[in-house]
Amino acid sequence: MGINLAKYDHLVALAGNPNTGKSSIFNALTGLRQHVGNWPGKTVTRAEGGFSFGGHNYKLVDLPGTYSLLSASHDEEISRNFILFGRPDCTIVVMDATALERNLNLALQVLEITDKVVICVNLIDEARRKGLEVDARSLSRDLGVPAVATSARSREGFHDLLATVAGVIGGQISTKPLRPKVDPAVERALDELAPMIEELAPGVPNARWLAFRLLDGDHRVRQALLSGELAELVARQAAPAEAANPLIALQGAQ
Amino acid sequence: MTPQEVLAKSDSLRRSIGDDFRDRTVASLYEQSQDIACRAVRARGDARWDFDQRIDRIVTSRVLGLPIMLALLAVAFWLTIIGANYPSQWLAAALFSIENAAAGWFEAAGAPWWVTGFLWHGVWRGLAWVVSVMLPPMAIFFPLFTILEDLGYLPRVAFNLDWLFRRAGAHGKQSLSMAMGFGCNAAGVISTRVIDSPRERLIAILTNNFVPCNGRFPTLIMLSIVFVGAAFSPALASIAAAGAVVTVVLIGSAFTLFVSWLLARTVLKGEASAFTLELPPYRRPSILRILYTSLIDRTAFVLFRAMMTAAPAGAVIWILGNIHAGGQSLAAHVSAFLNPFGHALGLDGVILLAYIIAIPANEIVVPTMLMVYMGTGMMTEMSSFDQLRTLLVDQHGWTLLTAVCLMLFSLLHNPCATTIWTIWKETRSAKWTLMGALMPLGFAFLTTFLVASIARFLA
Repeated sequence: MGINLAKYDHLVALAGNPNTGKSSIFNALTGLRQHVGNWPGKTVTRAEGGFSFGGHNYKLVDLPGTYSLLSASHDEEISRNFILFGRPDCTIVVMDATALERNLNLALQVLEITDKVVICVNLIDEARRKGLEVDARSLSRDLGVPAVATSARSREGFHDLLATVAGVIGGQISTKPLRPKVDPAVERALDELAPMIEELAPGVPNARWLAFRLLDGDHRVRQALLSGELAELVARQAAPAEAANPLIALQGAQ
Repeated sequence: MTPQEVLAKSDSLRRSIGDDFRDRTVASLYEQSQDIACRAVRARGDARWDFDQRIDRIVTSRVLGLPIMLALLAVAFWLTIIGANYPSQWLAAALFSIENAAAGWFEAAGAPWWVTGFLWHGVWRGLAWVVSVMLPPMAIFFPLFTILEDLGYLPRVAFNLDWLFRRAGAHGKQSLSMAMGFGCNAAGVISTRVIDSPRERLIAILTNNFVPCNGRFPTLIMLSIVFVGAAFSPALASIAAAGAVVTVVLIGSAFTLFVSWLLARTVLKGEASAFTLELPPYRRPSILRILYTSLIDRTAFVLFRAMMTAAPAGAVIWILGNIHAGGQSLAAHVSAFLNPFGHALGLDGVILLAYIIAIPANEIVVPTMLMVYMGTGMMTEMSSFDQLRTLLVDQHGWTLLTAVCLMLFSLLHNPCATTIWTIWKETRSAKWTLMGALMPLGFAFLTTFLVASIARFLA
């Protein structure tokens, strides 16, 4: 397409449950400026595309649609590894306005990993038809990150969404994401474990979240730690030029 | 600081904060989601959604969930048992009359006796048996099952059973592949693809055989009618028979859980992974789609496969029954040889021979057995269950123990050739394929041997 996707100013990830219109948003934003990449390991395709907004070039990565980031499914692993190690400048969480409660699970989990999040309440037109009124401001207040209502079909709210993403990346909009309240015993355990992980893999993003996953008995995190993959990933992602390196798949064959 | 030290530390910390940490984490996540959604969404009342919620509260409740599930299963079996009897007889009558007529024409045309015998009393009779015994129950059971599927009930089943599988160290979605296994174990093995974790998927594949497939249901249903139903008054017979089949299914499920647990503790170690299960809204089933899925996709598929394997098996049976050595047919020789072994398992040599011949397709076990018993040198039609009872009990010394052991053996023994082949295609591992074939057989031998020994000791 003549578009050099390697040259971009900001990296934005698109996360969300299946059937939230995530891909519609991706297609609407990137138009023809996209290509489907093949990830190493399993044949999982991910789409990458680009768009310009306010004089900046953005690279947009469409992550697989998942319900959560907790289990060991391959898709969920790809998503969470990208959000954690791919270090996107901003992550857009696309939510289905007609099923907000279910979609919030994933949003809350993304907020545990990264601060730079914009919530996109999509299918707002469908929600209206079903007699649901979704208050994006209330959502934004509760989650501590901006929330924008959109309708991918009519492109309603797109400009708002992009302006918000640019604001979060540029620092004009500050975020203070809601983090899960944990009881004191867990808090103490995290305080003990997180520094150990940091020592093992210096510069690891969000060691506290990794500690949380470890306490939860997450196989993949265990394996990544044991095999030294974690440190390797951190080292690889630390180099800025490699920021969008698709080598994200932590292979955890059991 | 080594990774091992960090992991050891995390393990000890995990123990100190309690086993239910994971559950609490997930529960609080959902609670938070609910709170936030509650504040952000104002509904102008959606009555349908409320209705769904109310049904779900009953169908997936801790107390009523499992009983409701078993009751639905029992009703499905009961309808199958009472509905399949007459169509089976009509089909048998029609197909066997074709056999007699065709054999008559062949003789009239001067065909050698072995051509007529091989083709019509061997291959055709095998096919006729399979079609008349299998088609009616399938044509009733599969649509019933598809209705439940189309309604959106199956995800609720997975939801209800999740805690049991998690306890066993397996995946909650294993209950879905089990449900498919009722139709066909090969289809059940393929459906384990919904399980993401390779470890849990292998467990699901290796244990799928413990749900009786459609090929084995006729055997189970027949035994239930002849040995369990006959002990009750005619009014209660079909209910008692359905109850017996449900009991067998329960034993199979218990085995599934036990073996899953055993595997998860030994060769396939690991913890159960969490997964999000969407409970879709209940939908009104679409009649056309149900008929298509259940009759074309399932019934026709399974029946075709059964016919493909029954035809050569019918031929083998005919050959074994018609080649004589020392005044006895080969079938009689082999079953005499297997007899002591069969006796130890509460069975007899004929039953074991039938199972060996039926490795390609479980559905021909009963006809094979009857053929050898009657010594007629061909598979036999058995129009009434009373005649069957006379043949088995009075002439061949079957007892309740034989019936129980046969039901257990039928439930547990090795999967059919198609399923074994499917396991190979799905795992691409000779080791796991072998395990999938031999482990159930081992359990079948062990269980029937123990049951027979204990019963004989007590008697």
